[in-house]
Amino acid sequence: MSERISLDEVRKVAKLARLALEDDALERLRTDLGDILAWMAALERLDTSGIEPTFQAIEARGALREDEPSPGLRHGEALRAAARSSHGGFAVPKVMEGE
Amino acid sequence: MLHDSSARALRDAIVRGERGALEVTRAFLERIDALDPKLHAFLYVDAEGALAQAASVERKRREGAALGPLAGVPIAIKDNLCVRGIPTTCASRVLEGWIAPYDATVIERLRAADAIIVGKTNMDEFAMGSSNETSAFGPVHNPWDLERAPGGSSGGSAAAVAGGLAPLALGSDTGGSVRQPAAFSGLVALKPTYGRVSRYGLVAFASSLDQIGPFARDVHDCAIVSEVIAGHDPRDATSLEREVGSYTASLGEGVRGVRVGVVRDTLASGVEPGVTRAVERAIETLRALGAIVVDVTLPTAEHAVSAYYIVAPAECSSNLARFDGMRFGPRVEEGGLEETYGKTRARFGREVQRRIMLGTYVLSAGYYDAFYAKAQKARTLIARDYERAFEACDVVLTPTAPSVAFRLGAKLERPLEMYLADIFTLPASLAGLPALSVPAGLSEGLPVGIQLTGRAFDEATLFRVAAAFEAASDHHTRRPPAFFGGAA
Repeated sequence: MSERISLDEVRKVAKLARLALEDDALERLRTDLGDILAWMAALERLDTSGIEPTFQAIEARGALREDEPSPGLRHGEALRAAARSSHGGFAVPKVMEGE
Repeated sequence: MLHDSSARALRDAIVRGERGALEVTRAFLERIDALDPKLHAFLYVDAEGALAQAASVERKRREGAALGPLAGVPIAIKDNLCVRGIPTTCASRVLEGWIAPYDATVIERLRAADAIIVGKTNMDEFAMGSSNETSAFGPVHNPWDLERAPGGSSGGSAAAVAGGLAPLALGSDTGGSVRQPAAFSGLVALKPTYGRVSRYGLVAFASSLDQIGPFARDVHDCAIVSEVIAGHDPRDATSLEREVGSYTASLGEGVRGVRVGVVRDTLASGVEPGVTRAVERAIETLRALGAIVVDVTLPTAEHAVSAYYIVAPAECSSNLARFDGMRFGPRVEEGGLEETYGKTRARFGREVQRRIMLGTYVLSAGYYDAFYAKAQKARTLIARDYERAFEACDVVLTPTAPSVAFRLGAKLERPLEMYLADIFTLPASLAGLPALSVPAGLSEGLPVGIQLTGRAFDEATLFRVAAAFEAASDHHTRRPPAFFGGAA
């Protein structure tokens, strides 16, 4: 069976993923994802009734550490890699539209 | 020859004063200069940092201080591991120019062992790929045949060690990314049990699968590095508080009475005859050494590719959300915030985009149960398959990859074909189990690897079986002729 994905769906997923892609890239992804998803449909054959999902194969127990202050990344170092910074913070493009 | 020495031989020579740490480091840096243009294994060579570390090892020795288990031994580091003060790019335009402000825990541990970090190695972009061709900075070439892929995603680390540009390297393994390149390059590599090695400072790809693992040219060297990097770290909540023990202590114990499980059914299709022959020979070698060979089955393993390529992209789509150009990495600022995010993230390469899209899709409303939840249930069944198998055996033996190294370009435009080639390495990743690839001879002049998978936390048995196999063969002495001279 072939589970195809429409160009509109691809466009919607790209928007969710915050990827601004050209039409030819979206078209290519439609083909690739369609092929991959169609192939993955074979999973339907696997009987998983009554089976619990495994989100983590090996669970760490008691993963919490002592809540003690310790030195972390210094402010200046954290900002150094940002494309833009100002007033001691990360500077970002305008979030709100209009005035 | 220095570049053909094992890590422990180099270390011993340095400790005894027969070689200087600076002399050894310089020799490898010169070899990188001379030969890396052919391989493109390195994205960054830290000559200055390496020489400073070597000088400090020499100083320690002069002062009579105790030297660590990797004293003066150069090691190459995959470019998704943070090394303070030098670039970490994940072979991506999205992180181009980013300088890591801290050391990963594994790097701290290597430094504490007096290892010399020589540079950062090329890889598939964000570790997504099985050929190293998705690197934004160009592919790595396999030292055994420059027209072929070194494997991936830790292809640069594999090529560096196989070509004798470093005696050791670290890679990361999410679905086979140290084991498959080790097989393609004639090396030993371990993917430790999930949680065995701290991932603090590893750029996350798929957090329920990622582990850091070493490359070496023989089992003993691989065991030494594994021991150095393993252990609990409070900075990684998934790292386990569990005794590591010694990986080297049992190397000489042999395999008499060890039960080796062989999977003969579903996994057997689509394997190259040369690979099958190498596996059959390996089974006979182990049997002759006194191992008990039993047949086991992993009936759900045929679904591992589907399950993995749902789970890993889902986790990647979430983990890679942080690369938006706001706090690190280059920003393509156009219009408002949304547009800037989109344009910045359009700098991800095609494979990374494909996986982010796939992951976003399988997590999205209406598809979650059909894909994501289903895949996580398949994962439970795969883990149960192993539990059942380990009632009958101590290690499971399979090929590491269905073929020898393929040609560069052969699969790049056919993603599904590339994914299917991961069939043997994915099941252990999904089950969180330790797995090791060890050389098992050549097929048409190219290396074949066999994979040994063990019970959770039982890396020691993998090393023990691999060491016995290695000692009974000469596979690990084979070198790519173009880089070592003489016959293969």
